[in-house]
Amino acid sequence: MLDNVWIIPLIPAVSYLLILFFGKRMPKKGAEIGIAALGAAFVLACITAMQWIDKVEAAVSKEGGAATGLAALGRSVVAAATGAPEVEPVVRGVTWWENGPAKFEIGARVDGLVVMMLVVVTLISLLVHVYSTAYMHEDRRFTHYYAALSLFSASMLFMVISANLLQLMVGWELVGLCSFMLIGHWWEEKPNSNAALKAFLTTRTGDVGLMTGIIIVFFAAGSFDISVVNEYALSPEVNHGLMMWASVALMFGIMGKSGQFFLHTWLPDAMAGPTPVSALIHAATMVVAGVFLGARVYPVFWEGFSIGGGGLNMMAVVGGVTIIVGAALAFVQNDIKKVLAYSTVSQLGYMVMALGVGAWLGAVFHLFTHAFFKACLFLGAGSISHSATHHSFDMREMGGLRKPMPVTFWTFIVGTVALAGIFPFAGFWSKDEILATADQGDFRIFLVVGLIGAAMTAAYMTRCVYLTFFGQYRGHHHPHESTPAITVPLVILAVLSVVAGLLQSAPFEIKKFQEWFEQVGGLPKEMIIPEFDYGLAAISVSLATIVVGIAAFFVFRREEHGALKGLTQRNRVAHAGYRFLERKYYLDDLYEGVIVAGVKGPIARGSNWVNQYVIDGVVNAVGRGSARAGRWAYDVFDQEVVDGAVNDIGRETALAGGGMSKLQSGRLQRYALFLLASVGLIALAVYIVNVA
Amino acid sequence: MPINYFLILSAFLFCAGAYGVLARRNSVLVLMSVELMLNAVNINLIAFSAQAQDVAGQVFALFVITIAAAEVGIGLAIVLLIYRNLRSPDLDRVEQLKG
Repeated sequence: MLDNVWIIPLIPAVSYLLILFFGKRMPKKGAEIGIAALGAAFVLACITAMQWIDKVEAAVSKEGGAATGLAALGRSVVAAATGAPEVEPVVRGVTWWENGPAKFEIGARVDGLVVMMLVVVTLISLLVHVYSTAYMHEDRRFTHYYAALSLFSASMLFMVISANLLQLMVGWELVGLCSFMLIGHWWEEKPNSNAALKAFLTTRTGDVGLMTGIIIVFFAAGSFDISVVNEYALSPEVNHGLMMWASVALMFGIMGKSGQFFLHTWLPDAMAGPTPVSALIHAATMVVAGVFLGARVYPVFWEGFSIGGGGLNMMAVVGGVTIIVGAALAFVQNDIKKVLAYSTVSQLGYMVMALGVGAWLGAVFHLFTHAFFKACLFLGAGSISHSATHHSFDMREMGGLRKPMPVTFWTFIVGTVALAGIFPFAGFWSKDEILATADQGDFRIFLVVGLIGAAMTAAYMTRCVYLTFFGQYRGHHHPHESTPAITVPLVILAVLSVVAGLLQSAPFEIKKFQEWFEQVGGLPKEMIIPEFDYGLAAISVSLATIVVGIAAFFVFRREEHGALKGLTQRNRVAHAGYRFLERKYYLDDLYEGVIVAGVKGPIARGSNWVNQYVIDGVVNAVGRGSARAGRWAYDVFDQEVVDGAVNDIGRETALAGGGMSKLQSGRLQRYALFLLASVGLIALAVYIVNVA
Repeated sequence: MPINYFLILSAFLFCAGAYGVLARRNSVLVLMSVELMLNAVNINLIAFSAQAQDVAGQVFALFVITIAAAEVGIGLAIVLLIYRNLRSPDLDRVEQLKG
């Protein structure tokens, strides 16, 4: 399979065509073709991964002999960071077209990063395909939905295995196109088609940067080939200035695709698409493409941004700002999918920041774990809207769903805990990897940003879980548990959210993720692989836990004094025995007990103050700031420059057209006159050129 | 015989044809003027052919005559249709395609 990995994207691509042409005639309207194709792709991806792991393990076990053999050839044989022997990526390609010295190839590349992505993408996509049979049941364009889903997976897989940057860009654009199709799946409603357009155009803005970056890299390294590019960026004769501009340009591509601040605005709007699509976009396909690009040509960024030197760089700053901005926005959403969308923005910020602080492994590992728990959360939200609130995602219509939907509840809790980074769930390990690298690689400021982000994540997810599953049901339907097609993927993802992190858990002496997937043929040798830091881990976990507590505390308290006061009072009068009230009393007791005890009084007041002034202040300041920046950009740039340019071009075209239309008199003889006059002028010109 | 005689005759015929094409309103006359221009070109071709002792020019003239025959066939059909639709051979009235 290592040599024929191109089969994996081919299967869903064929499935796309089959569904498109024959799907409507199938008993299940094409869903079975998609599921079978993705199932096959998943199995093949697993086989590929296993063969890769065998290859790596074999190389590790005969380390001694191979090392001397290769050393004789004058090659660097040891990936300095890991101390493990470097395993060559398997690259197979054919020449696509040749024009003089320029040769363009299309090929498949297998290395650690690729096999990891193959497994994640095919698995999430398979689960989403299964889930959609129930979620999209009796949709008006069910068959087209499945066709687009298959094409989406095929494009992402095509992008993942690409051996050169040109091919990567083709896959990248295909992914963008498919997300456009799927976000706008219900295009009859104007906001949905607007959201699809917004997603397409915003990412396209970033793609200008991607293209510029690839062109710069091509002229610097003389090739599109990823191996050549990476080798060039790490070689001593690298042109630092060119690499810097290439990194900045590529960074715009990442910002557009991976929803980094300030091109993140399309991501929350993309919630207009069906929920399984959101899960796919956020976990495995669309938005991770940017992070994947960052990890793919990491040496370019390493050289361009001088990441090895510590300090500030564009990548880390963009990621850090995105963490905070995304998390702050997630606080104020009432739509559960928007909470999760901003959470994704924030988590992608983690990955980009990780790349920026030299934590390549942390970024890729976080991508891996995030795929599972974020898909789990999104599919959980979909399950709620499907079975409890009749396609509404408003958390004000939820509440109390813990009892009627136990599977959804427990899987959602697992996803939340994993996202908040609480030991020993998946998010803890990957987040800790990033934070430890930031700490030990001289990026203290980003360590602080990361810790704040982790705390905010814990807080907004607590609010989300509380509003959704606790309290009393506020909707007007009859919540019930979803069908197995929905719950089974949820359970699988929840299990993975628990165990995925254990692949790289230092206290248990397991570093399999690093051993298997860090083998990508050319990472900077100076890259830091951090030691596991118990103190840091303790801090981040306890911070997350404390914030969960505080957030829960304030949410419960707001319940009493806030918007839902009327509801609780009615309950107090009418249904004194309700559990909801009991919990409220319990918390009242706790609150009073805490204050009376006096010891924790200052803490409560302090955290209240933090909540009131710092967090609210930050949220408000960020909100006001972004609103102002947006207004300014709108007034100055959008209205004056862009609109101005567009209007001017339009006006000139109309004027020119108006002038030219007079020539179109419809009179044959006038046309003949023009013809003759033109011939005369040409004859005159020829005469002047040749004779005079 | 100096070649200029032929060229002047040809230029006169061509100008007469061009005038006819541009200024006459009757479509039949326009068609005839086009033929005049084509034949002016033919005279040029044959004159140069005779001067250069090369049959290529005469071969071209034969081609032009053949094409002209086809062109007249189509042209007369068009004129007939114009007359049928507009009840007049007047070219000024054929202006439905104006922009």
